[in-house]
Amino acid sequence: MRAFTDLFWQLDGTTRTSEKLEALVAYFRAAPPDDAACAIDVLSGGRQIRAVPTSLLRQWAAEVTGLPPWLVEESYAHVGDLAETLALILPDPAAPADEAAGANEADVGLARLMRTTIHSLRQETEARKREVVLATWRRLASRERIVWHKLLTGGCRVGVSRTLVARALAEVAGVEPAVMAHRLMGGDVVDGEAYRRLLAPQRHDADDRRPYPFFLASALDGAEGHDVASLGGVADWQAEWKWDGMRAQLVRRGSDVAVWSRGEELVNEAFPDIVAAGATLPAGTVLDGELLAVAGGRLLGFSMLSRRSGRRTVTRRLLEDIPCVFVAYDLLEERGEDLRGRPLHERRLRLEALVPTPFAAGTDAHGAGPPQVPSAIFLSPVVSAASWTDLGLLRAEARRRGVEGLMLKRRASPYGVGRTRGDWWKWKIEPLEIDAVLLYAQAGHGRRAGLHSDYTLGLWHEGRLVTVAKAYSGLADTEIVEVDRIVRATTLEKHGPVRICEPMLVFQLAFEAVSASTRHKSGVAVRFPRIVRWRRDKQPSEAGTLDDLRRMIPGGVPR
Amino acid sequence: MQDLVEVTEAGLYCRQGDFFVDPWRPVPRAIITHAHADHARRGCGRYLCAAPGKLVLRSRMGGQAPIDVVRHGESILINGVRVSLHPAGHVLGSAQVRLEHGGTTWVVTGDYKLERDPTCAPFEPVRCDVLVTESTFGLPVYRWPSSEVIAADLDRWWRGNRDAGRTSVVLAYALGKAQRLAALVDPSIGPIVAHGAVMTMVEAYRASGVRLPPIDRVPPRARRVGGGRALVIAPPSVLGGSWLRLFGETSVAMASGWMTLRGVRRRRGFAQGFVVSDHADFPGLLAAIEASSARRVLVTHGFADPLARLLRERGLDAAPLATRFTGEASPDAVGVEEDDDPEAPASGTAPSPGADADAATAGIPGTAAE
Repeated sequence: MRAFTDLFWQLDGTTRTSEKLEALVAYFRAAPPDDAACAIDVLSGGRQIRAVPTSLLRQWAAEVTGLPPWLVEESYAHVGDLAETLALILPDPAAPADEAAGANEADVGLARLMRTTIHSLRQETEARKREVVLATWRRLASRERIVWHKLLTGGCRVGVSRTLVARALAEVAGVEPAVMAHRLMGGDVVDGEAYRRLLAPQRHDADDRRPYPFFLASALDGAEGHDVASLGGVADWQAEWKWDGMRAQLVRRGSDVAVWSRGEELVNEAFPDIVAAGATLPAGTVLDGELLAVAGGRLLGFSMLSRRSGRRTVTRRLLEDIPCVFVAYDLLEERGEDLRGRPLHERRLRLEALVPTPFAAGTDAHGAGPPQVPSAIFLSPVVSAASWTDLGLLRAEARRRGVEGLMLKRRASPYGVGRTRGDWWKWKIEPLEIDAVLLYAQAGHGRRAGLHSDYTLGLWHEGRLVTVAKAYSGLADTEIVEVDRIVRATTLEKHGPVRICEPMLVFQLAFEAVSASTRHKSGVAVRFPRIVRWRRDKQPSEAGTLDDLRRMIPGGVPR
Repeated sequence: MQDLVEVTEAGLYCRQGDFFVDPWRPVPRAIITHAHADHARRGCGRYLCAAPGKLVLRSRMGGQAPIDVVRHGESILINGVRVSLHPAGHVLGSAQVRLEHGGTTWVVTGDYKLERDPTCAPFEPVRCDVLVTESTFGLPVYRWPSSEVIAADLDRWWRGNRDAGRTSVVLAYALGKAQRLAALVDPSIGPIVAHGAVMTMVEAYRASGVRLPPIDRVPPRARRVGGGRALVIAPPSVLGGSWLRLFGETSVAMASGWMTLRGVRRRRGFAQGFVVSDHADFPGLLAAIEASSARRVLVTHGFADPLARLLRERGLDAAPLATRFTGEASPDAVGVEEDDDPEAPASGTAPSPGADADAATAGIPGTAAE
C-alpha cells in the first residue's frame, strides 16, 4: 500500500498534468499486476465498497483519542474531509514507520489490502472491525491513514481524469492513448491477468461489447475568443439540436447489444426497449447518440429520463409511462470497421443510410420537437441554415423546442477522443437567471475544504424566503473567502457543517430550465443551477420571487 | 472581585493598573507581548516589553517610540499592580504578561508555542488563577511535527531542489518564523538569501545577540540569484508579484501551521507546505493551560468556542473572551498567522489582539500591501 500512498500524495501535490502523468507511469511500471489492476479501478472512480461505516470510524476515533464526539465533528466541519480529519487527530503510530527506507514488514500490496482486509472486513462483526481498524491506526502514519480511510470508506477519489490514467497506461504498454482508452472502456480490469491483457501490445478481440471513448464537445461561450465568428464558414459545420438527454453509445456486435452511458456504465437493464431496437441493427455497428424520454409526441425532459436511467430493473408500467428513444448522431463502426478516422460528412451519409429518419409529417423542417417514431432508434436531424445569423435565430428557439441549444460539428473532422477543442462545440442558449438570497451555506470539500462555498438560495414567497436551489459557488476565489467571512459573522444557527445565515447576500443564479416538482418544497426544480455573480448592488428585498421562477416553467405550472 | 483584564474599545485593559496589553488603538501605557503588527501598534505614549525584544520592537515602532524594558521574570509595580513578563517562546522577546493584584494572579499569554526554537527563550509555564490564552490552532487536528522533523524535511526539499538546479523559496513571516527557519536548516546545503523585509528583522535579531547562519540580502535586480542553489526566505506577500522571477526556476513552499490541511495546500496551489508554526498546537494549548493551574480560562482568537467548551467539560471555568472580533481563524487567513511585513502599514480595519487581525488586511498573499 505504500506505493499507492506515495502515488496518491504525488498526484495530490501537483496541479501539473505532466507531473501527474509521470507519477502514474512510474507507479504502473513498478506495481505488481494485481496492485496495478486495483489501482486502475480506484483511480478511475470504480464502484468502491464501504467496508466500515464512517459513523463507526468517528466513534472509535473519539474513543481512541479521548476527545468528545462533538469535537471530532467540529474538527471534521473545519477540515472538510473525514478521512483526513481522523488521520490528523489520531495518535501517532506506536512505532513510526521508516518511510524513507520503505521497509515495513506490515506493508501489504494494494490488491491484497483491498481483497483480504477491506472487502472481507465488510462481512465482519462490529467488534472485529473495530479490532482491525484500531490495530491499523496504531501501525500507519498520518499520510497513510488518509489513503487507507478513503479506501476503507469507499471514498477514494484522486484528482486524475480517466483520460490521464489511460494516457499513462498507454505509455506503459506502448500503444496509442486512444487504443488504451478503448480497452479501458467498460471492461473492469479485475485482476493481474486482466491487467496483463490490457497492456498487451497486440490488438484485442474485435467482438467484445466495449464502446469507443466518447468525444466531448467544448462550450462555445465566447471564452478564450471562441464564438461562431471564429469558426469560419457556416457551410463547414453540421448543426444539430443539443438534446437534453443522456449521452450513450449503442454497441451491436456479434449477437450482443450493449448500451453504454458516458460514465462508462452498461445501462442495458434500464433501457430494455433500446436494447431490443438495437438488435435490429446489423452486427458490427456502433452508434453515438442520446437517450431521450419521449411520450405521446412530447419530449419528457431530463427529470423523467432520470427515473429510468437509475434503475436496475424496469417495470412494464414504467416502460409505458416513460418510453425512451435513442437519437443517433454519429456512426463509429459499420460492419466491424472503425470509422472514427473518417470525416464527419462521410460518417453522416453512412449513418443516414442505416438509421431511419424519424420525423413523421407534422413536425417542422428542422425536426423540432419530438418525433412520431415507429422505431426507438432514429436519426438526429441536421439543422440547416444559410448563415450564422439564421442559425442563431434557430438557436434562440431552442428552449421552446425543449432542447438546450445547438451542437456544431466540423464536417471534415474525425471522431476524436475526450474533450479536444476545435471540432465539436456546444452552442447553448443563454441560461435563465434570477436573483436569489443566500440562506444556508456549507463548507466545501477538496480545494474548498473549510470554506463556505456551497450555497442554498431562496426566493420570496408570501413574505418569506423559501429555498429553491443549492448551488456551488461560481464566484472568484477572493469572493468566496469574503463570503465565507460574512457567513461566519452572520451565522444565526449551526447544524453540523451547515450554517443558517442572516439573509443579506444576493446572488445572480443561472440555470438551464425550470420544471414543476413534487420532490421540492418550493414545488419547482431548477436544472444546473449555478451562481454567476454576486449582486452587491442588491438588497435581499430586491431578490426575485417564487412566482417569477414559476413563470419560467414551459407551459406554466399548476399552483 | 473585579477582573484584572477587561476588553475595551482600545483593547485588553487592566483598570487597576491603568494600562493596556497589546492595545489596538494608541493608548498612554501599553505592555506589549511581542512585536507582531497585530499586537504592537504605533502611537502609544509608552511601551513596556521584555528586554530581549526591545530592538525588534524598536524597529517596528520607530526610533522615537519610548520603550521601557524589564528582564524576563523581573517584576515591577504599576499603580499597585505587580507586573512581570515571562518567556512565551513565540518570537524573540515574546512574553506572557503576569498581573498580580489583591491576591489574584492573571496571565495573558499573548501568542506562544511550546516547541524548541533556537532564536528565542523557551515558553515558561506561569502559575495563575486566571489565564487568558490564545487558541489560533485550538482544534485537535493541529499537532506539530518536532523541530527535528521539520528541519529534516526542509533540508531534504532544499537539497532535492538544489540538485535539480531549482531555487527553493520558503514563504514565512518576516519576524520570527523566517529567523527560526534560517536557524533550523543545514547551511552547508547552499546559500541562504532573504527578502529585505526578512533582513531587517535578521539584523534586529543579530543585534539582540541571536546567532544565525550567514544570510544574504537579495540584491536588487539580481539575476538568477544563488544560481538555483539558494534557499530564499521571503514573506508571503511576494506571491503574485514579479519579485519571485529573480530566481529563475523555483519551488515555492509555504511554512505555516495551516499547511496541516490538504485542502488549504491545494487551494493555495503550493506544491509543498511545511507545517511550521510559532503558535501552540492543540496539545500545546492544553499542556500550557494545565501547567498554569488556572481554574478560570478565557480563550481568545482562534477556536475559542470549542476550546472553551472542552475546558468546561473538563471541569474548568472557561469562556471565550468576547473581543470585537469573534470570527474563527479561517484557513484562508494563511497569510495571517503573524503579520507579514514590517513595511506594511499596520492599518487595521480589524485590529484584534490575535491572529485574526490580519485576516482582514492581508487576506490572500499577493493582495497584502508590500
